[in-house]
This record gives sequence, C-alpha cells and structure tokens, in this order.
Amino acid sequence: MPMLTRLANPARFMRASSTALPWLGALATGVIAVGLVWGLVFAPPDYQQGESVRIMFVHVPSAWMAMSAYLFIAVASGVALVWRHPLADIAAQAAAPVGAGFTAVCLASGSLWGRPMWGAWWVWDARLTSVLVLFFLYLGYIALVNAFDDRTRGARAGSLLALVGVVNLPIIKFSVDWWNTLHQPASVLRLGAPTIALSMLLPLLVMALGFMLLFGWLVLLRMRAALNERKAHALRLYGQLAAGEPRLPMAPPVADVAARAALR
Amino acid sequence: MLHVTHWLAMGGYAEYVWSAYGVAALVLGGLAVHSWRWHRASSDVLDRLQHRTGRDE
Repeated sequence: MPMLTRLANPARFMRASSTALPWLGALATGVIAVGLVWGLVFAPPDYQQGESVRIMFVHVPSAWMAMSAYLFIAVASGVALVWRHPLADIAAQAAAPVGAGFTAVCLASGSLWGRPMWGAWWVWDARLTSVLVLFFLYLGYIALVNAFDDRTRGARAGSLLALVGVVNLPIIKFSVDWWNTLHQPASVLRLGAPTIALSMLLPLLVMALGFMLLFGWLVLLRMRAALNERKAHALRLYGQLAAGEPRLPMAPPVADVAARAALR
Repeated sequence: MLHVTHWLAMGGYAEYVWSAYGVAALVLGGLAVHSWRWHRASSDVLDRLQHRTGRDE
C-alpha cells in the first residue's frame, strides 16, 4: 500500500512506468510464447474432446482476464469516487478496452469450442449470457465515459456504472453451479484440488500468467498515453494564456445576445 | 513433414482450434498495436509542445 500511494503521483508514475514498460512487454511476449508452444504442441489431447481441448488454453485465460479486468476497473472506480484521485480514473479507462478485448476473445473462442463439442455456436444459458452481459457492461462503460463534454462528469458516471456492474461477477463465477448448463463446471478455481490433469493445468497457468502480464503492459501504455494527452492539453491552454489570447472558455455569443435583449 | 501436417490437422478440429487462436491474435495484437501507436503519438506531441514552450519537466 505505501508503494501504491507513492506511485499515485502522476510524475512519479510516468518515471516508474517508463522503466517497467519494456520489461513487462518482453516478459509478456516470452511467457505467452512458452504457453503457446506448451499448449499447442506438448500438452496431451483430451480423452473425450481430442485436440479441440487446446482451445482451452486461450479460452480460459481470456475468461479469467475478462473478469479480473472488470474487478480492476471497479476497484479503480471506487478509489476515484472516494478519494478523487486523478490516476484512478485514468487507470479504469485504460483497462476498459483491454477488458472488452479479452471478453470478446473469450466469447469467440468459446463459440468455436461449443460448435464441435455441443453442436451449437451459442446457447442462451446462464454462463454464456452473463459473460455477454459483461461484454455489454464494458461497451456501456466506454460509451458513458465518452458521452459527456465535461470529462469529470463522464468519469463519475462511468465509475458508478462500473460499481453497479460488479454484481455480474459472482453471477458469472457461480452460474455453472446455480443453473443447469451445457458449460462444464470449474475445474481449476474450486474448493478442493483441481480436477484437471497437471499436464494441462501447467500450460494453462503459464498462458494465464502471460495474459496477466499483457494486461499490465497494455494498461500502462494506455495510462501513459492518456496522461501525455492531458499534459499536452494543459500546456496548450498555458501557451494561449501566456500569448494573451482570449481566455477559455469564452462566453457563447448566444448568451450575450440574450443578456442584452433582457436588459433592453 | 508428415508430423507437421498431422499437427496442423488438430485431429479433425483444425478450423475450430486455429480460428480460436486466430481471433485471439487479431484482437490482442490489434490492442497492442493501437496502444503502442497511441502512446508514441501522444509522447511526440507532448515533446514538441514542451520544446516550444520551453518547459521541460
């Protein structure tokens, strides 16, 4: 926590993230490469699903990241609402497209896995529907944040939506236990030992670590880009003021005319 | 050579397995390229502005 509060200063964040960025990028690439070769070549085929089980190594980690990224956005939104910290909003907004991307990968790969195994691209059961709702929550959050001319109001509205949407996370997680579904129950994150064989569990965990590192790299890049843009905006305003150009915001001429009409 | 074609066939599930990995590469790769370009473009703009206003911080 003390480290987090130290990094919460934007200037310090820019310095620390510029050192971390190349390491994180290289590490993410390396771990994902190892996970891909392990999952696609060395992991055994499933005794029931055959080679189609290899879709799991991209489907399950992207599902975990889809949910983790949402949790990240919700926590950052909570921090932004309570402590009004500028970096918290930037972090939440940087993570949203990344989380939406992981959710899209999860839905598409799940569909491609469902077709040969269940005989259907899509079924409206609790697990699939709740993940689709998650995808729309991401899109709604992104649209809402950008729907306001005033950036702080957009961020505030987005934060509220992100916090309300958190109820969807336990629904996704426990949907396979609460309702009848074609989707298989949890085999890794469950009470008791995982039911998946170690030869499949290990490459799965490697891919999950790789996706986590990729998420970190993408979020840092996008946070830095957003901070750069805000700083450039502030510098432009500063330049205009220094050059004696009219102050912003200017009174709109319509209001001016109305005011004169009222005085007459 | 036989090994490679056998592996690519994925036990008859080739189109499903490779499409799933293809979609992942497209979406995550696209995010990476977009984020990288945005970061570089915003850094360039900021550098130019800081150079012009003589404020280097």
